[in-house]
Amino acid sequence: MPANQDAMEAVGDYKSGWHDPENSTIRFDFGLSEEVVREISALKGEPEWMTDIRIKAYRHFIERPMPTWGNTPMLHEIDFDSICYYLRSSKATEKDWDEVPDDIRNTFDRLGIPEAEQKWLSGVTAQYESEAVYHSIREDLEKQGVIFLDMDSGLREHPEIVKEWFCSVVPLTDNKFAALNTAVWSGGSFIYVPKGVHVEMPVQAYFRINAKNMGQFERTLIIADEGSSIHYVEGCTAPTYSTDSLHSAVVELIALPGAHIRYSTVQNWSANVYNLVTKRGIAHENSKIEWVDGNIGSKLTMKYPSVILKGEGSHAEVISVAYSGEGQHQDAGAKIHHLASNTTSKILSKSISKNGGRGSYRGLVKVSPKAENCKLNVVCDALILDEGSRSDTYPTMEVANPTARCEHEASVSKVSDNQLFYLMSRGHSEEEALAMIVNGFFEPFTRELPMEYAVELNQLMALEMEGSIG
Amino acid sequence: MVHGESGGGTLLEISNLHAGIEDKQILRGIDLSIEPGEIHAIMGRNGSGKTTAANIIMGHPDFEVESGRVMLSGEDLLELETWERAREGVFLSFQYPQAVPGLQVGNFLRKSVASIRGEESAKGADFRNELNEAMDALGIPRSFLSRYVNDGFSGGEKKRFEILQMLLLKPRLAILDETDSGLDIDGIKTVAAGVNAAIRGGESAALIITHYSRILEHVKPDKVHVLIDGRIVASGGPELATELENNGYDWIEERGEAEGVA
Ligand SMILES: Nc1ncnc2c1ncn2[C@@H]1O[C@H](COP(=O)(O)OP(=O)(O)O)[C@@H](O)[C@H]1O
Ligand SMILES: [Mg+2]
Repeated sequence: MPANQDAMEAVGDYKSGWHDPENSTIRFDFGLSEEVVREISALKGEPEWMTDIRIKAYRHFIERPMPTWGNTPMLHEIDFDSICYYLRSSKATEKDWDEVPDDIRNTFDRLGIPEAEQKWLSGVTAQYESEAVYHSIREDLEKQGVIFLDMDSGLREHPEIVKEWFCSVVPLTDNKFAALNTAVWSGGSFIYVPKGVHVEMPVQAYFRINAKNMGQFERTLIIADEGSSIHYVEGCTAPTYSTDSLHSAVVELIALPGAHIRYSTVQNWSANVYNLVTKRGIAHENSKIEWVDGNIGSKLTMKYPSVILKGEGSHAEVISVAYSGEGQHQDAGAKIHHLASNTTSKILSKSISKNGGRGSYRGLVKVSPKAENCKLNVVCDALILDEGSRSDTYPTMEVANPTARCEHEASVSKVSDNQLFYLMSRGHSEEEALAMIVNGFFEPFTRELPMEYAVELNQLMALEMEGSIG
Repeated sequence: MVHGESGGGTLLEISNLHAGIEDKQILRGIDLSIEPGEIHAIMGRNGSGKTTAANIIMGHPDFEVESGRVMLSGEDLLELETWERAREGVFLSFQYPQAVPGLQVGNFLRKSVASIRGEESAKGADFRNELNEAMDALGIPRSFLSRYVNDGFSGGEKKRFEILQMLLLKPRLAILDETDSGLDIDGIKTVAAGVNAAIRGGESAALIITHYSRILEHVKPDKVHVLIDGRIVASGGPELATELENNGYDWIEERGEAEGVA
């Protein structure tokens, strides 16, 4: 997300669309094969068990057909042979921004990352193409035993923890794109929060794709031990190119008894990026997992953050917003599985479509026969800004226990002339008025974000509303 | 732009205004002129065209002006966009204020003051004080600032909020469309006090649209106009409001016909 003036000057409507010259130190040829998978693993000097997982995942990816839902025509346009599956642009992951290569550091400066780090973050990881180029954590947290590493370092330094949990939440056979990620993953975050430790300020990951036809496949694993808490925030942008890139991440969260994980995303990929992401958490007794998920950019996003409520008294929340502009399809939603009694869940989905954009809510909430006294609440609101834009909802509830209390509300609305007129009569231009309505609509989401993110999201939406009035 | 001739010029001058929506004519030749410092009232039955007149002065996009002029201190309002009119000092207190869920009152007020009176007026302790004073005068609690604009407001809250905006935006021309309906007698007195404070003795003016003479007892308009079927059929002093209250609109229609006005 643009955080400073510089970033605001970039290409066209999308303000993070500039790119640096490509200075790769290692670049794989386009296309994917078992050989490429082995090379990635060898390059990273991984233990054999990880190489085996990768190979299995690759084979599953090849066999697994494309999903038959979402946006199938767009999915079939993906050309897996014209994607670069591994690209490294710097020699190492640095702890000091001054050590990061100039071009790359400038990019993160323009995105405001070092500034944010100083002001309000507990730690930062900055990934550029396939590898983390910068990584740091506040000393006091390190002293308390908090582990916050890029995933590759996590595997090197804590193989036993990684081995225990990797693929335990999202099995490699979960879906085609999770299999692809498992085969070629690189980068991402590895976090372990010890028992009872509360990480007060958020930690942030920022993902930047710079090269053309790039595939970014970060892998994130967060384990919050008993009674601990953490807020993880991620952002992402890419240059605008005429050819497509692919971002396919897997995120696994484990909230042990009494822990609390909040995972916030503001996704602002350029309109040539496929964003096909699997995010899932397992919540143990009395723990809480929250996904706060904002999808503003990308060409096609298919993402349904999910929570498995495995422990009694656990709680899940998925609060998401999606903005679909010209040529964009945001197919987003949530999945919650109530496996244990007295578990509660809340889904709030807000989507805006404009200029022929398409937003879909796809949700699944399941209650197992043995789960007594569960509470479910699902609210989906769509706001359509013009004719020709589209919004669909596909809500599914499978409730196999009669003691469950389910609430479901859905609404589709349009901006009325009277609403715009009212705001314009207070001195606001039509674009400003529209941005006020749109930001108001997203407010239940933005108020869940750290203030700095909320302000940027509002600015982002105001930019999106520019030039939208004929 | 030719505005700010506050020295002596007429503030609002409407002449021979014909306007409507789609094929339907609603206003059939309105003439009205308001001098700085004056308060005028328009009375009329439901459907006579009062709100339409207010909407046209403010520039609602749904309505079309067929002929006539609307001038503010010599400047052609019809040439301006709605927000430009607002920045020129036209304010409309809506009969039906619109809800904007998620938009906080405090935030909205600050932004509106910034765009109409300038960034500087919306900053710092001066703005805070001004805001607090206006809210106290209208009996609006501080907690109001974190609510969403008109979202779930009672009728009375909506009308108080309109007047709060009027006090903060300091318009040259304030149009109050049925601001009194939905208010109890205390509310009406508060609003009237707000209007008197904003207009009397200054260079601004107000146009009060109402059904009832009650609010007019507290603001004492300089002129009262009666609108029937898109035409002003009678104009007079405050006594006209009382006569209407006692005799009804039929009386004025009959009188109008007798005088050959209608
Ligand atoms: N948006 C509109 N579309 C169609 N007809 C309208 C619209 N607004 C007002 N009218 C019509 O114009 C006439 C005057 O309405 P209005 O100006 O609201 O009257 P008042 O405010 O005096 O009650 C009525 O017949 C009403 O039905
Ligand atoms: Mg009316």
